[in-house]
Amino acid sequence: MSQPSTSTATLKSNSDLMKRILKNTALYFMILPGLLYFFIFKYLPMFGLVIAFQDYKPYKGFFNSEWVGFAHFERLFSESDFLMILSNTLILFLMNIVIYFPVPIILALMLNEVRLQLFKRFIQTVVYIPHFMSWVIIVSISFVMLSTDRGIINELFVAMGWEKVNFLMNSDWFRPMYIVQIIWREAGWGTIIYLAAITAVDPQLYEAARMDGAGRFRQIWHITLPAIRSVIVILLLLKIGDVLELGFEHIFLLLNAMNREVGEIFDTYVYTAGLKQGQFSYSAAIGFFKSLVGLVLIMIANWLAKRFGEEGIY
Amino acid sequence: MTYDKSWGSKIFDSVNIILLSIIGLVTLIPFVYVFAGSFTTVAELAEKQFVIIPTQFTFEAYRYIFSTNTVSRAMGVSVGVTLAGTLFSLILTILMAYGLSKRDLVGRRLIMFLVIFTMLFNGGLIPSFIIVKELGLIDTYAALIIPSALSAFNLIIMRNFFQNLPEGLEESAKIDGAGSWNILLRIVIPLSMPVIATISLFYAVGYWNTYFQAVMYINDVTKWPIQVILRQIVILASALTGDTSDFGGDYVAPPEQGIKMAVIVIATVPILVVYPFLQKHFTKGAMLGSIKG
Repeated sequence: MSQPSTSTATLKSNSDLMKRILKNTALYFMILPGLLYFFIFKYLPMFGLVIAFQDYKPYKGFFNSEWVGFAHFERLFSESDFLMILSNTLILFLMNIVIYFPVPIILALMLNEVRLQLFKRFIQTVVYIPHFMSWVIIVSISFVMLSTDRGIINELFVAMGWEKVNFLMNSDWFRPMYIVQIIWREAGWGTIIYLAAITAVDPQLYEAARMDGAGRFRQIWHITLPAIRSVIVILLLLKIGDVLELGFEHIFLLLNAMNREVGEIFDTYVYTAGLKQGQFSYSAAIGFFKSLVGLVLIMIANWLAKRFGEEGIY
Repeated sequence: MTYDKSWGSKIFDSVNIILLSIIGLVTLIPFVYVFAGSFTTVAELAEKQFVIIPTQFTFEAYRYIFSTNTVSRAMGVSVGVTLAGTLFSLILTILMAYGLSKRDLVGRRLIMFLVIFTMLFNGGLIPSFIIVKELGLIDTYAALIIPSALSAFNLIIMRNFFQNLPEGLEESAKIDGAGSWNILLRIVIPLSMPVIATISLFYAVGYWNTYFQAVMYINDVTKWPIQVILRQIVILASALTGDTSDFGGDYVAPPEQGIKMAVIVIATVPILVVYPFLQKHFTKGAMLGSIKG
């Protein structure tokens, strides 16, 4: 009663809002199923992370399980496996950056130099194929080829008079196998974004460079590469933001008792500790730690990309 | 544009083409090797190291595989899950994307934020597993579809496409008294067939390639999709992986090379069949995807 004018104003704008909402009832009905999906399968699990601070027992549920504070996190950081997982993660990440990352760039530059359009398109068609194969297929084919039991690679070794190598059970071969499979599956697909960026280059630049006597390598170095520089930086930053996403589905397939000490990463550890050994709370805590670090890294990467003068990703 | 005809440039071109041909070959050879091997007799596989064209064409391996119904049943599961899942995902995606493409929708920005946030942070494996379990989805085909029914990425691609459709068409339909459902069905969807085709293929490939969800949510061996069977037959058997607990009592001796190859071929062929269609659309999709959400 004290301020009738403002309350009628809010009433009026409230009814405006209601009108706008009611006008679009049909649209809200359309959004509803998707919204429910995100709520149930994305947001409920986030709230479910409370079990990381509980001693969760399935029969007690979220509400009746005991609270234990940061006990699971303390356990994680004091576990000797923690250092192993951390170093495995960092090594696989570095391999991704140093070995895999340049491959699509080089491949895109090579494809861009091809003048026979038909040949170029053919090679593109071929190198994109593995991307659409599941990791199970990629790893299966590798295993069939690398097997000591009449796998082609080992047969070739024998034919050359060398000894057979047990690639699949030897921990030394885990990392090379991992990175080669990533290159096989993703390098071709990875060229698409670079090739798209290259199409923006003005062909006259090449002609001018040639007039000045620049060879093909110099043209690539001084014209093509600078043109895709910002794409490279953005993708590199994104990759760094994704340190912890090393391809769980992939590594899970490669992992066995013999290569665990080089192949175990956070995700696989969560799977083993949680679903195999039933330590729900402990493994939820590990997952939480991983997701949180991942979020912070992506924010930093995005901030860096913006500082770099690019548009940012999110 | 005239081309550089100097010797250096010609050598560059030749070397480049040779290297690219080698790269193409190296990419393809594993597939060809497995494909040829699956049609080769056991004797020939044992005798020669590398068979590209078998001297004696045989369906032995395939006959063996289809002598029990494990693989055919798994193929049935995969086809069913892929078809049902793609349809379900497509409906959810189109509906939500259309709603979110309307600029005057109250709460649109908040919902978009909530969607994008799921790309940056997630509850992780264990809480998701508990939710699926509490919903009673364990050991149902729905567990292979519903928990991954909507991809935020595909949703954003679709929404951006809808947003860029000319508004005039919808306006005139509205004046004629058409409601949102009618506009969506009669105008928007027919105009959006290219993006719908792209997104369907992305979803279909995703469903076909799914294996981990089945490992997590399906204990009943008779409900396994082909990817899980492939993992059992080739990967777990080849490496005698430490994690054989999944096997339960079903452990079988590692099958012959040719049989493994035939199972790989069976799981691969459907993707190769749709590949030409995929190829027509995916570059566009990949580019759309790289656009800011």
